[in-house]
Amino acid sequence: MPSIAAYEFADFVETACFLKDRPAFALADGTLRLPAGGEKALTLHEGGLLAAVYDGFGRRLLSGGEDGRVVSTSDGESAEELASIGRKWIGAVAGGPNGAVGFASGRSAYVLAAKSPLKELAHPRTVEGLAFSPKGLRVATAHYDGASLFFPATDAVPTMLGWKGAHLDASFSPDGRFLVTIMQENALHGWRVDDGKHMRMTGYPAKVKDWSWSAKGKFLATSGAPAAILWPFSGKDGPMGKAPLELGTRGDSMVTAVACHPAEDMLAIGYQDGMILAVRFADSKEALLRRGGASPVRTMAWHGAGGLLAFGAENGEAGVVDIAG
Amino acid sequence: MSETASAANPIPVTVLTGYLGSGKTTLLNRILSEDHGRKYAVIVNEFGEIGIDNDLIVESDEEIYEMNNGCVCCTVRGDLVRVVEGLTRRKGRFDAILVETTGLADPVPVAQTFFMDEDVRAKTQLDAVVALVDAKHLPLRLKDSREAEDQIAFADVVLLNKTDLVTAEELAKVEATVRAINPHAVIHRTERASIDLAKVLGQGAFDLNRVLDDDPAFLEEAAHAHDDHVCGPDCDHDHHHHDHAHHGHDHSHHGHDHAHGDAVSPIHDVTVTSISLRGGPLDPKKFFPWIQALTQEQGPNILRLKGIIAFDDDPDRYVVQGVHMIIEGDHQRPWRDDEAKLSRLVFIGRQLDAEELEAGFAACAAKVKAPA
Repeated sequence: MPSIAAYEFADFVETACFLKDRPAFALADGTLRLPAGGEKALTLHEGGLLAAVYDGFGRRLLSGGEDGRVVSTSDGESAEELASIGRKWIGAVAGGPNGAVGFASGRSAYVLAAKSPLKELAHPRTVEGLAFSPKGLRVATAHYDGASLFFPATDAVPTMLGWKGAHLDASFSPDGRFLVTIMQENALHGWRVDDGKHMRMTGYPAKVKDWSWSAKGKFLATSGAPAAILWPFSGKDGPMGKAPLELGTRGDSMVTAVACHPAEDMLAIGYQDGMILAVRFADSKEALLRRGGASPVRTMAWHGAGGLLAFGAENGEAGVVDIAG
Repeated sequence: MSETASAANPIPVTVLTGYLGSGKTTLLNRILSEDHGRKYAVIVNEFGEIGIDNDLIVESDEEIYEMNNGCVCCTVRGDLVRVVEGLTRRKGRFDAILVETTGLADPVPVAQTFFMDEDVRAKTQLDAVVALVDAKHLPLRLKDSREAEDQIAFADVVLLNKTDLVTAEELAKVEATVRAINPHAVIHRTERASIDLAKVLGQGAFDLNRVLDDDPAFLEEAAHAHDDHVCGPDCDHDHHHHDHAHHGHDHSHHGHDHAHGDAVSPIHDVTVTSISLRGGPLDPKKFFPWIQALTQEQGPNILRLKGIIAFDDDPDRYVVQGVHMIIEGDHQRPWRDDEAKLSRLVFIGRQLDAEELEAGFAACAAKVKAPA
């Protein structure tokens, strides 16, 4: 039976992750909490944090805040300011290979690549989200009516991938062949990067708020339904013409967070009522990791070795599940 | 589905609209500086010339997002979705939100954001749309923009501001114009946006429990009801220039077939009309399909819709409200013994066909039961 080390924070947990093997929780109030082995709090942003993502390339946490700063921390002991753009809100951050960092504020995306000055990519509409391709040469931005693909190292005109509607976030498949966006209207949209072929992923009863690529990039797991919805991406056409996998279906709650296991084909699923299940892709076998809580699970992250799962909820409830118990 | 604590206490949102120079920022500063012990988060389009004295001010670019669902009027404000979602993550930081729009803003996507986006809807409640009108310059504004009219038509509360800059005659004329555009808004005359904040905040204008309860037009009707003269405020005789006590003509109340519509507004440059429908108890099996089809087909023309419906065999008042194609309804409270079970429905919009609406509404009437 799995055991849980439970924590109670005073504020919304935006992102849970592991920094040098220690569970770390970035809260909306702008602090990073490292509760294991002596309570520690590191202030990332005065006034509050708007975006925080674990950068798997650089093994660090990147965050953007109401203070117009982008900071990184790889150990939770100290934070490094990567950029500061005044009193504008930083709405999105992303990490890429070779230390590249991207962030967005209003109608601009910014890219900081190693040994290059900060590059601003102006857009006609607000940049809602951005992502680096796995090789790091390209940056994709999500915005109203589609996504744009930039080669930030050059001044080449971006490739526009159009699709009507508001696109709120972007993610490349781990093999770089597909770009997927989250849309305002309870759907995902995807493009094959080579030829721009469209992929519509619809049918969600709620907005998709979390997504996670499976170990070998075979599936994209998503929230937004009473089950975790996993779209198959191993074929050359991505999920087109294939039914998604549905895991952890419940009649009485909605999936709000998902995290694929780092090595195995297994998914941690967090629900509106605070429950967390681990479900195996192959046989849909479920294991209960957390019975429930007082608030929706917002974020989950596996430790690199796969034995620990950190989670955080909207009301500040958080914890680390030890799968082995 | 479990509800979070924040859903139980949604954060009230007040939207301030009005043309440049109408006094929005002055009102905003009045709200912020008053000693009410409430903390506000203020969302503005741009930091204007006049400073806003508040800890938490967020600047956002007004950005309209059309939903990719084939509906042209399903629009939300992308910037508000983003900012409100960001703000509401943190508890206890503020008690209410004030949104100041630019003079050119369309109020509809602003309001729809609070109904259509599930996150925003879960955590906030639109309290009221307050329009500031510059008494001196309104006639000019109505000539050169549709936004000024939309803002008035959509408002719950209208502050007729800068009254000190016009004569009594001009003021009466401007007020009549505002009334013609929106008979259901509460109008207050102000100088330098000076007003008792209780008349601006905490209005619950989109609260189904309070739909039409404070509506001046309906209150007016209630007052008239006692002297056996029930008539809509926007019927064709002129309410705006005459004392309400002197309704010259007499028309009796015939149950469901009494309806008035200003199909053509007497005021030049006004394209918004208001139609009030009244009737007896309705048949829910007829009413729901009718109102749903109507809002689907006519949605783009309907700015606001409000109603209190009496259903046959239902002891409760049923209240509805809508914005464009969005419509919501709920049982409100039991009909009181001293209340006549009447159904009332109000539309504010453009190109509304009064006869068609009247006929459709009349067709929803419950069959009169033969006396036992």
